[in-house]
Amino acid sequence: MDDKIKNLKESLESELSASMNLVDLDKIRVAYLGKKGSVTGLLKGMKDLTNEERKEFGKKVNELKKTVAENIEKKTKELKEKEIEAEIKAMPRVDITTPPNLQRGSYHPITLVQRQCETIFKSMGFTVEDYSEVVTDYECFESLNIPKHHPARDMQDTYYLENGQLLKSQTSAAQNAIIKKYGKGLVENGTPIKAIFPGRCFRNEATDATHENTFFQMEGVMVDKDISISNLIYFMKTMLSEVFRKDIKVRLRPGFFPFVEPGFELDINCLICGGEGCPSCNRSGWLELCPCGMIHPEVLKEGGVDPEEYTGFAFGLGLTRLVMMKYGVKDIRDLNSGSLKALSQFTDDE
Amino acid sequence: MFLSMNWISDFVDLNGLDKVELINKFSLSTAEVENEIFFKGSDLSGIVVAEIKSVENHPESKKLHLLKVDIGENELVDVVCGAPNVRVGLKTAFAKVGAKIGEIEISPRKLAGYTSNGMCCSESEIGISDDHSGIMEITDDVALGTDLKDIYEIDDIVFEVDNKSLTNRPDLWGHYGIAREFAALAGRELKPLDTVDLSKYDELKKVDLKIEDPLCYRYSSLQVENIKRSTSPVNMRIRLFYCGMRAINFLADLTNYLMLEMGQPMHAFDSRKVEKIRIKRFNEPFKFTTLDEVERNIDENTLMICNDNTPVAIAGIMGGLDSEIVDDTTTLTLESATFDAASIRKSTVRLSHRTDASMRYEKSLDPEMTVTAIARFVKLLSDYDSSIEVVSALTDEYAYKYDKVVLNFDKAFVDKYTGIEISDERIINTLSSLGFKAEQNGDSFTVEVPSWRATKDVTIKADIIEEITRIYGYDNFDVNTTRSPLYPVRTDQVKSDEEKIKDILVKKYNLHEVHSYVWAYYDELKELGIPVEDNIKLLNATNPNIETIRRSIIPTQLCQIKTNLGYAPTFGIFEIGRVVEGLKEDNLCNEKKKLAVTIYTKSKDIKALYLKLRDILATMTDDIKHKSLSFKTVEPEHSYEHPVNLNEIILENEVIGKIGIVHPVVAKKIDKKCYVVFAEIDVEKFSAVENASITYSEPSKFPPMTYDLSVELKDGTLFSDLTDCWKGLGEEILKGIKIVDTYDTETIHSITIRFEFSSNKRTLESSEVQSIMDKVIENLNKIGVNLR
Repeated sequence: MDDKIKNLKESLESELSASMNLVDLDKIRVAYLGKKGSVTGLLKGMKDLTNEERKEFGKKVNELKKTVAENIEKKTKELKEKEIEAEIKAMPRVDITTPPNLQRGSYHPITLVQRQCETIFKSMGFTVEDYSEVVTDYECFESLNIPKHHPARDMQDTYYLENGQLLKSQTSAAQNAIIKKYGKGLVENGTPIKAIFPGRCFRNEATDATHENTFFQMEGVMVDKDISISNLIYFMKTMLSEVFRKDIKVRLRPGFFPFVEPGFELDINCLICGGEGCPSCNRSGWLELCPCGMIHPEVLKEGGVDPEEYTGFAFGLGLTRLVMMKYGVKDIRDLNSGSLKALSQFTDDE
Repeated sequence: MFLSMNWISDFVDLNGLDKVELINKFSLSTAEVENEIFFKGSDLSGIVVAEIKSVENHPESKKLHLLKVDIGENELVDVVCGAPNVRVGLKTAFAKVGAKIGEIEISPRKLAGYTSNGMCCSESEIGISDDHSGIMEITDDVALGTDLKDIYEIDDIVFEVDNKSLTNRPDLWGHYGIAREFAALAGRELKPLDTVDLSKYDELKKVDLKIEDPLCYRYSSLQVENIKRSTSPVNMRIRLFYCGMRAINFLADLTNYLMLEMGQPMHAFDSRKVEKIRIKRFNEPFKFTTLDEVERNIDENTLMICNDNTPVAIAGIMGGLDSEIVDDTTTLTLESATFDAASIRKSTVRLSHRTDASMRYEKSLDPEMTVTAIARFVKLLSDYDSSIEVVSALTDEYAYKYDKVVLNFDKAFVDKYTGIEISDERIINTLSSLGFKAEQNGDSFTVEVPSWRATKDVTIKADIIEEITRIYGYDNFDVNTTRSPLYPVRTDQVKSDEEKIKDILVKKYNLHEVHSYVWAYYDELKELGIPVEDNIKLLNATNPNIETIRRSIIPTQLCQIKTNLGYAPTFGIFEIGRVVEGLKEDNLCNEKKKLAVTIYTKSKDIKALYLKLRDILATMTDDIKHKSLSFKTVEPEHSYEHPVNLNEIILENEVIGKIGIVHPVVAKKIDKKCYVVFAEIDVEKFSAVENASITYSEPSKFPPMTYDLSVELKDGTLFSDLTDCWKGLGEEILKGIKIVDTYDTETIHSITIRFEFSSNKRTLESSEVQSIMDKVIENLNKIGVNLR
């Protein structure tokens, strides 16, 4: 019996050392420890033994079982380690230093700057309004205190359509509708009118690097009981400082627009030279950015708001201009070109 | 418009003040000054009065002369000079050795063998006119050797104001009005204009003058004789030149001078040609030659100055050639008038001829100015030519008077508008300095607007605010936020959907947002063989390529795809932009906001690309609306649409757009071998669909079951034709349907549909799934679809 145990031990050892993979190993485990396995088989011979012998033999077989299981376990571990090692060896080092293949979409830069402005004004309680591109003469001029044959109409070369409508030459074309839309809330509930309306504007002029016939503006209005010039300066300065992420110096000069009184031209400190004077700002240190003013009483009246009781400011920010300044776009025509060489660079804000 | 500080200083004493700083202040408070300020005469020194004592011809040069000139020193100076007008006794401007003209310093210099110890100068050389025909001829009685700058106003500071910024200020079209602003800004007195009292001529005969048309507001006239002087004084010529005008002759210069000084255009007629001044329009168009010798077509709307029935000038624009002052003119008739601004403006547009006069009239000049201008004219005329004689009484027809503008407001109004504290005293002082009659009574103010601001400029209280604040200075404002109450703000649904769409397309699908023009691109579309669809047109497009407004963004995007060839083997662009779908019943444009997406690829798998675009739109709808899209094949309407692969996009039973493959004929014109797919969606329709709310369902604790069916689709059968086969079956446990495989050969099109079953309540029995699927298979067989 002891010989049998000894033989089994020996044959196991040689089989184990010959086994090269986990499948072989599993076969060995079945051959020795399975129901019909050789170790299990040893127990079959026990019926011929005395009680005492049986007891001792059982003990030995159990020890053998344990040893066999341990050896197989040990071998399994060994093989597993080898397999991982081989897998690692089979895997070459990946050159991660190659230029990445970017999965890149892009926003139009107008969208980016428009979103920034919208975020700033929304955070200050302004609504964002949408408005059509084709408007009536009433919307673009009459309601804005610019009657027919007013010299101010000369200031803008407007595209007229066959049916008497026109392509809006300024976002102010939405002012009347917006004052009307929110005027009721102002008068009845005291909810101030606070709205911005970004949009596309059109001027019938020849295009070159700094002139476009299609461009974006963002109009803003605020109307309430005590809106002042001081407030206007505050909002303009705050917005521009947020957009450019630095303290922006602004100055107002008188400017004539029939729909505001007083009317201003707002200049900002040239961002390129910081006010020293450079070619970009025509050596003045200032850039003209945004016409603005206190809404003309006639415009308020036309929108159904009593100018004796309420005052308001309005501004017309040149979004396209802002984009060009912020990103250093030199040719305005790039923006409407659809050219991805230019536009695909604007992956996200900032 | 150029402005001279010397001229301004005639009317306000600016001594001891920094002129440049004042100009900057003017720019911030009144009207925009161009950046470059000209310091006239600053680069000129050492120019003196000299008299030519002898002239000898140069032995070797026909042009050059050898001169001896007296510059008031002990010895005469030898000079070589090439000017044609040298002669003994001529007094001229002389640059001494050591003088500076611009960058040049004068030193003794050899000219054709002779040394010239200085230089006789033309007016152009010293920068006081553009006359370089000869050396300057000084006729004034001045001592030799006097520095030219001591006798003439060569030193001056000249600045330019942008005419546009004066559009609403008729009073600023002359130096006197500008001086008023400087006086207010500097806190100094404005001096009155020096004029002649015209009442002393009241006894003389009147000019025969009648306004026969309401477009003429006022017409003042006076006749003068015996004008001997022909050349203007040097200082007058310098001022005209510095302000951008050429000197012509004394009379013409004087009318120009007066216009630049007071802003009042004036005209002088030969009295022989205008015996009966009538101002009127004619019933019929006719031709008329203006003094610039151009024949112009005059229509029945143009106001004319006439000699009885013969036109002699276009009112407010330009005089006629026939009535101009000529050499043998003995008596002249002066015109100082005011006309309807809009009428002048329209006439200049019709004639396409704008003049210095019409530019001023367009701004609504103050009619009160006409008589003062004549009194000023006579004053200047007699100052420079003592021989003149006034031969008529002042004749003044005043047909239309503007109403006096009186405005009342209180201090609270000013406080409300400004948001800062400006004292009562400051308000009164500012307004008074600008010529307003301002009175204060307790908290309220009464302000009478001066006539020169009352023609259109200052008519309401808010206008007064501007006067007060601009002189106060916007730089001096305290900057404050508002005290308005806060209310919640809701973003417009279309705007918010738009932003989400952009994010999904850019971030999830790497598409590129582009912008384009709202009109059809004629030339570019022609190249692609896409006809421009008939639609509303621009009336005044300067470029025929942009005449027609587009009905769809897709043709535009196909052009943009072509311009981007080579950008990448596969790329997609999108835009949310506007189109006009013709006119509505009310004759207004039917404007729509559209999302257009176009994807280009060089790869061969068009089917995958088309389905990818479908998936993009479906994902977008699922993300934003939590709803699904369906599609319906439609017939193409446009040349760029694929005859077979064109579908309507349907959301909640409404057609919201179109998706398709670009017709190979057009695709080949974009690029030899490529595929392009497109989709266009009405953003407003999309946005109008209400979002489905998210209803949470507990994740099931029981294992799911799947059942795959492979079916063969024949004769153009679509997947959507099959969906009725499982409609209403096992609704409680059938949770999803997917396509997990497709198998295509030339003859067979088959798909493998995976049915996903699960329950939150129990473990599913395979028998119940099988019985559902048996029904499905039975239904499929009924419509002729068999398992593969």
